[in-house]
Amino acid sequence: MYIPATEFTPLSALAGGVMIGLAAVWFLLSSGRIAGVSGIVSGLIPPFSPGVGVNLAFVAGLAISPIAYSVFPGGTPEQTMSSNLWLLGAAGMLVGFGSRLGSGCTSGHGVCGIARLSWRSIIATITFVATAMATVYVTRHMIGG
Amino acid sequence: MQILSALIAGFVLGLGLLVSQMTNPAKVLNFLDVAGIWDPSLLLVIGGAVVTTLVGFQLLKKRSAPLFADVFHLPTKTEIDYRLLVGAALFGVGWGLGGLCPGPAVTSILIANLGIVVFIAAMIFGMWIERQITN
Repeated sequence: MYIPATEFTPLSALAGGVMIGLAAVWFLLSSGRIAGVSGIVSGLIPPFSPGVGVNLAFVAGLAISPIAYSVFPGGTPEQTMSSNLWLLGAAGMLVGFGSRLGSGCTSGHGVCGIARLSWRSIIATITFVATAMATVYVTRHMIGG
Repeated sequence: MQILSALIAGFVLGLGLLVSQMTNPAKVLNFLDVAGIWDPSLLLVIGGAVVTTLVGFQLLKKRSAPLFADVFHLPTKTEIDYRLLVGAALFGVGWGLGGLCPGPAVTSILIANLGIVVFIAAMIFGMWIERQITN
């Protein structure tokens, strides 16, 4: 199988990480809520809970960000991914189901939860990084290798 | 004001994901591929995000209320139950299969190829199934 190589990009990784953190702090300061994308997206599925306008605005902000990003030089986001729609469909179902059952995803548990020093989030993050690494090991080195 | 500030929060989060290239599934999968061509960038993304958030959240602790809402809504659960563990484990398998999680997927929706659209549709369906089972 073809595995695209990517370069280690420490500066842009740190800069982007700090921006992610600032977004989370701003959302808590302004709206009093945790910036967990899986929870925000699931709030857009009817029947709606209160705060659906805030959820919709947050998602709209995410969706328009590539337009602003594209103004900068080199601002065309690179995306290399599988073209297997069955695999992406299965991945999406697992991500959607698992993030709601486990009450969070990379943003809610991985960033905000760890920053709140929540044991639930620390254990959830260790768990999903471990199963994700195991999945990549199986797909790249056992099946695809 | 709540709507505008949520728009800004989503916008800055999306820019952060774009700048750090977490919107590129190949980069995420290469981080997860510790036995292969490991790319440690994601470690610095999470590190930068967690440290910034930790400092910010500590500063916010002194406030009694947010700027544009009545109260802070923070998770109160502390129990490590099977839902948390099974949910996180399944989430990780999906993340490892596609290299996509909810934030980067939604950020990519307007610049997306068909694969991202299928992923998001399936993700919403997965969330809906979870709600049917849990209720």
